Amino acid sequence: MKKICLSVLGLYIGMLAAFSQDTSQYKSRKLTFEEANFISSYYNQNGNNSAVTGGIGTEKLTDLSNSFEIKLNMWDKKERKHTFDFELGIDHYTSASSDKIDPKTISSASHADTRLYPSLNWSVENGKKGTTFGAGLSVSHEFDYTSFGMNVLFAKKTNNKSGEFSVKLQAYLDKLKLIQPVELRSYNNTYGENDYPTASRNSFSTSLSYSQIINQRLQVIFLADVIYQHGYLGLPFHRIYFKDGTESVETLPADRLKVPLGVRANYFLGDNIILRGYYRYYRDSWGLEAHTANIETSVKVTPFLSVTPFYRYYIQSAVKYFAPYEMHTSAEEYYTSNYDLSKFTSGFFGAGFRLIPPKGVFGIQHFNMLELRYGHYQKNNGMQSNIVSLNIRIK
Amino acid sequence: MKYIIAGIIIIVTAGSCTTVKEYQKNRLNDGEMSLGNRKVEKTELSFQSYREGASGANAGKSGGGCGCN
Repeated sequence: MKKICLSVLGLYIGMLAAFSQDTSQYKSRKLTFEEANFISSYYNQNGNNSAVTGGIGTEKLTDLSNSFEIKLNMWDKKERKHTFDFELGIDHYTSASSDKIDPKTISSASHADTRLYPSLNWSVENGKKGTTFGAGLSVSHEFDYTSFGMNVLFAKKTNNKSGEFSVKLQAYLDKLKLIQPVELRSYNNTYGENDYPTASRNSFSTSLSYSQIINQRLQVIFLADVIYQHGYLGLPFHRIYFKDGTESVETLPADRLKVPLGVRANYFLGDNIILRGYYRYYRDSWGLEAHTANIETSVKVTPFLSVTPFYRYYIQSAVKYFAPYEMHTSAEEYYTSNYDLSKFTSGFFGAGFRLIPPKGVFGIQHFNMLELRYGHYQKNNGMQSNIVSLNIRIK
Repeated sequence: MKYIIAGIIIIVTAGSCTTVKEYQKNRLNDGEMSLGNRKVEKTELSFQSYREGASGANAGKSGGGCGCN
């Protein structure tokens, strides 16, 4: 009897031991694939206030943009999650206004260009402490412009994990070729890449954010940036036509301080509707003040398909140095006829479709998500554009 | 006046926070509830920063690149 009791007890302890194994999620110490995203966009615009031709003339432009992003992660011995995010982007644009830099040629060097922009970001998240530290590098290169970027970030969750504070420091060290309109060139070149003089433009920014869960349906984030730019902040092929009929190129101050403040709030209404609101106030040292308001409504037609109509309203004042075609005088220190820096309002509206079926898009297990979005943009000065974007996620 | 309104919004928002447990976050964890930008918006944000004087405070890039055209 004693043996039977001991055998049953042993069996029971054995079963307990078997079922008391750690069933928490397996965390790979090796670098593992998390997800990949392919994003493609086609953009076209038109208008009649090109800065290349002094505030008059076509702004016709098309841009085909493609980027591929791959995210990998691994866990270290201290149970911290490391994420590596590599992205490679390539844009190709054609611009009718850039073609006017050298109107004597059939098609000038800048009528079309390709921009290549790889980036690598790494972050390490400590779940126990609620902290994240990260750093990243980026490069962007096109014919007349090269940019090197770097960033570091730190984020800390609140004790109850319902709030998170983050700070991100960024620097972009840019170099641009000073390609002037052909009639104003005082230098000789044979259109070789190294024959143009260059100038630098550096941007430094601090981005602060605080996100907070308000309740089971509402969360908000407050955003504040301080951005300082120094260097050649105009563009050398933006023409200026003065009142007296003479011509020059855009001249702007060498420093610009920008302070945008934003707030975003997302609310889950009922079981099928998500409201996403965003507002931004912006002011800078060139006298430009702007307000941006955006509202999106995601309607879950089924648990796996959502439709998202959106509307964005934007209003800005002009910079102190703006005046239209033939309104500047050469006695002024700074001048621009770039209508992107003029007083205007704009509206942007459209809709997105997001498909995320549990068995994968078209039944392909790893084809996790497909999102398609179209938007129409219009300024009150007549400039308008259309954009269609596609995001494919593999997981 | 706008600073007072912003202050009131922040105080009211912060004051109405409730602790939400992990198992109560099914709605907050929905992909559409993300407080960041959608990846599909990437080019939209890029062209807006070129065609408008204002930029930043949208958790995106703040500088770099030409935007010449």
